[in-house]
Parts: sequence; C-alpha cells; structure tokens
Amino acid sequence: MITCNGKSVYGGIAIGKIHVFAKEKQRITRRTISDTAKEQHRFDEARAEARAQLAGLYDKALKEVGEANAAIFEIHQMMLDDEDYLDSVNNMIADQSVNAEYAVSITADNFAEMFSSMDDAYMKERAADVKDISERVVRILMNTDSSGMSANEPVIILADDLAPSETVQLDKELVLSFVTVHGSTNSHTAILARTMNIPAIIGTNVELSSELEGRTAIVDGFNAVVYIDPDEDTLAKMQKRRDEDLEKRRLLQELKGKDNVTKDGHKVLVYANIGNTKDIPYVLQNDAGGIGLFRSEFIYLENDTYPTEDQQFAIYKEVAEKMSGKRVIIRTLDIGADKQAEYFELDKEENPAMGLRAIRICLTRPEIFKTQLRALYRASKYGRIAIMYPMITSLSEIKKIKAISKEVKAELTAEGIPYNDVEEGIMIETPAAVMISDLLAKEVDFFSIGTNDLSQYTMAIDRQNPKIDEFFDPHHEAVLRMIGMVVKNAHDNGIWAGICGELGADMELTERFLRMGVDELSVSPSFVLPLRNTIRNLDLSK
Amino acid sequence: MKEFSYVITDPEGIHARPAGEFVKAAKSFESSVKIAKDGKQVDAKRIFGVMGLAAKQGHEIVITVEGADEDKAAAELEAFLKANL
Repeated sequence: MITCNGKSVYGGIAIGKIHVFAKEKQRITRRTISDTAKEQHRFDEARAEARAQLAGLYDKALKEVGEANAAIFEIHQMMLDDEDYLDSVNNMIADQSVNAEYAVSITADNFAEMFSSMDDAYMKERAADVKDISERVVRILMNTDSSGMSANEPVIILADDLAPSETVQLDKELVLSFVTVHGSTNSHTAILARTMNIPAIIGTNVELSSELEGRTAIVDGFNAVVYIDPDEDTLAKMQKRRDEDLEKRRLLQELKGKDNVTKDGHKVLVYANIGNTKDIPYVLQNDAGGIGLFRSEFIYLENDTYPTEDQQFAIYKEVAEKMSGKRVIIRTLDIGADKQAEYFELDKEENPAMGLRAIRICLTRPEIFKTQLRALYRASKYGRIAIMYPMITSLSEIKKIKAISKEVKAELTAEGIPYNDVEEGIMIETPAAVMISDLLAKEVDFFSIGTNDLSQYTMAIDRQNPKIDEFFDPHHEAVLRMIGMVVKNAHDNGIWAGICGELGADMELTERFLRMGVDELSVSPSFVLPLRNTIRNLDLSK
Repeated sequence: MKEFSYVITDPEGIHARPAGEFVKAAKSFESSVKIAKDGKQVDAKRIFGVMGLAAKQGHEIVITVEGADEDKAAAELEAFLKANL
C-alpha cells in the first residue's frame, strides 16, 4: 500500500481505479513565414474557433456548476480579445516572420510570467488561465485534439495539474475524484470540484507514472490522503466511511429544494447558525433555507481594535450576496460574559453572565452600536438581511434601540446612501423577555429563542460549572413551557417565532416544537439535513 | 477629462470575475478609460492590464475617463465599483 498526502479541496471518499491523465506535450517549432498577413489571419481564425469552444464550455459549466463558477470561461474569452495579448502575437508574426503557434506560445509564456511573478497567491494562479487559453489556440492551429478520456468505468483522475477547461470537459459520470500533484486551493479546478461535489486532493506527493494506470486507490477527501493498492483493513474502514457519507448525500439529493413539511402538511423553516463568513459554504452545501443566526462577534474578536464600518459592511454584504436572496439574520454584537475582546476594556465582573454584555454594551456605548447598524443597513441592499438584538429584558430597551436605529437610517438618507427596510427581531433568552413576550411582540418583527441562555437563566445553572451538571436537565419542562408561551404570544400578535439555540437541533423535541407552532429552527449546518428528514417523517395529525 | 479615486472594499480585491465585469463595463463606453494604482496606469478595456494591477482590499485606484461620453462613463463606472468592489 502506498500512502500519499496532499491538501483536500473537497471532502468525501472515492474508491476506484486510477486513470493517469497525461497532457500531450505540445511540440512547437519555430518556423519562418513568408506571408505574415496570411499567418495573422490564420491566428484570427483559430482565435475565433477557440472563442466558440469557450462559449460552449461556458454553457456546459453554467448548467453543471452555476453562473458564478462558469464566469471563468467568459473571462477566458475576454483574455483572447485582450489588445495587449493580440498585439504581442501579431507583432511577433509581423516583425519576426514566425508562425502563429510559436508567437502564441511565447506570448503565453510572457503573460504567464507576469502573473507568476506577482506577490499574490490568487494572481499567481491566473498564469494557468493564460496558458490554458493559449494551448487551446495552439491545438486549433496545429489541428490536434485535446487529450480526452477513454475510460469506460468511473475512475480516479490522477494528473499533474488540471486547467478549469479540462475539468469541465471531463464526463462527470466517469469521474470519481481528482488528485493532482500541483494546483492550489484557489484554483478554479478546486472550486469546480467543490461545486461538483467530487472529492479532490491537490498538492499530492505522488510519483506520476503510467504504471499507476488501472490500479486501485482510495481518495480520502476528509483527511487529504490517497491510498494506492490499499490493504484490506484500510479498504473496509474507508468503505464504511464512504457509505455514511453517501447516506448524507442521498438525504441531500432527496431533500434539496423540497419544502420542510410534515406528512400532514405543516411547514417549518430550517435555517443554519454560523459564526464566520468561512462557514457560508457549509450552509449552502447542506441546503439550509437561510441563516437563522449569524453571530457577528467574530468580527470584533478577531480584531485588535473596533472594526470599522467599511470592514463590517464588506462582511455583511458578502454573506447577503452569497445567500442570494435567502434570509440572513444577523445578530448584533453579543460580547461580554464568556466572550471578551481586550480593546473594549470591560471591567472584570463577579458574575459576567448577568453583567455588562450584548445589548447592554450597545446601549451604554451607542457609538459602537451605530457603526454596526450603519454597516448592516448599507449591506441590506445586497440581499435579504434581518437584524436581531440579543439579551433583551425590557420594553424600554426596544424603545432605545428603535431610537438609535431611526437615527442611523436618517443619517444614511441624508447622505444619500441607499438601504432596504429590514426585519428587526429580538432574541428571547431571558425569563423576563418570555414573561412579557406579548408586549415585546407588538414592537418587533420576529422572535428567536436562544435556548442556551434561557435554560441557564431559568434553571439558575451556570453552564460553565461542571460540578452542577447533574442538576441540569436539557428538557426541563419549565423551559419547554416558556418556548410554548413565546410562540403563542408571537402568533397572537402576528409575528413569527423560531429557535436558534441548541435545543433546536434536539430531534427528540422536534415534534413537540412543531406542535407548539414553532415557525423556524436554526441549527448548525451539519444538522440541517437530518433535521429536515425528521420533519418530513412526522405526522402531527396522529 | 473626468477623474475619481476609489478604495477597494471587497476582501478578495479585483479578482478575475469583477475584473472581467469592469472591463466589459469600460468597453461599453466610447471614452478612453484608464485605471491606475501606485502610479502604474493601464487601459481599463484590457483585462490582462486590469488584473495585472493586483488591486487588493484597502488599495486606492484612480480612474481617468476621457471622451465624448465621459460624464456618463465616470458616473456609471463609479457606481459599478461601489456596488461590486
């Protein structure tokens, strides 16, 4: 058994035979041309053909991997029209009387060199784009076909590197996995592999040779390991892992795009909780209906000083855009208690869970709050943002929040900065908020119940103290009744109520929550599919 | 001639896709469009040039538009930058 390591760009397990994908080296000779105008015309025709091929690839990619990932082929077409690129090729043909193949290949090297020498990982990768389009033109000029794949069963593709166009051209039915020696996680191939849900490992320390053709291999995309000629133990272990993964994907396939509806027609929203923009791909991969809780704390905790409005705006805009119109509920700063940032210079407290935290900081230091609200409202133009305020205990807090929010909107209007009206809701995570939820519901657009803090405050149990774990009952009737009360008060006042705490993912309680009328459950991305499956198998009429 | 500057806010900078879209937008105007960063100026209608600036978040770029439709071009390109970068 040979074990190789690399960097994984997409999880999942593939087991199958290896196909070594070898690019035919283009042998380009320099020839002297007498009719340079005719040679330039030959280049133009090849370029037109290349553009037509790329347009075809764009359409194929559009269907298979979506507009965002297909865009690279549009860029490739633009590169073929770039005046600097054309001038370089045409001038070489005219001034040096060389053949078009040679002029294109030298030009490609020069442009690729420009990108390679950049001090920027992403731009370095673009050298591959230049080479890819140029090789296509040369192939057309030389009338050689691109190296295709002649496998008749699904294989693990082993290659030195793969250009995006090569990845898209492959017949997906015949590809189990990509393993490359080169490439980077920034490369479009990596992005495409992720979109196509194909396990892929790059930067693999494998010795490429035709002797590997047809041998059995396992690609473990979770751990970035490739096993060639695996032993029985490894094979058995990996088969089990693969089956589990396939089950998850089967669920995804089955549930994707379907409503979360019980057998008797009761609908509920299933959203995801995230704490960083890095988690957005997991939200999308697990087909969540939206983001029910975007914890904005990371922006503060990862910074050495107060994050600026523009810095925050860029982050909120990114999440709004990536969720393309799906609801994104962003919770305002919830710092204090167990989450501290030094530059806030908060005093040490005897009892931080009941101290200066979350909305209390925002209302005592409105300048911090206003910066965040301005960024949120500005980002509201780019998707469907909703704002959620944490740790509410009284009506007067809502009044203060509304006054500040009104001020922020007036400022933006005065400055001519556009924003959308957004839904504004609150976290219900204190017994006080539960008891006056009928009053609060008249002031806000939605409730989201934070069961972690609500449980801790209701049972008077500090969740950081392991010594009292035995007294903690995650299904305490008091908390469950509170949830029921909040949902009823919400509905009586025409607003919706969801759960974004840990209990939301507790599938022993899903049926009870649905019977209470909970409108939304927001859970970690990995729970989205199992929860949706549970919901679809419930029947509340029984 | 119209000139304005813009500071990139997109965390990824002018990467391939927005560069392509910007070039497309620039090409739709008759006026010449130049884009400069740290004194290096390139033709905004040429994608290799625009990508070659390697403009990142926080970098300031200066756009110069000159020609018959320069007012319209400057306004629309500025709006494009604000919305996309």
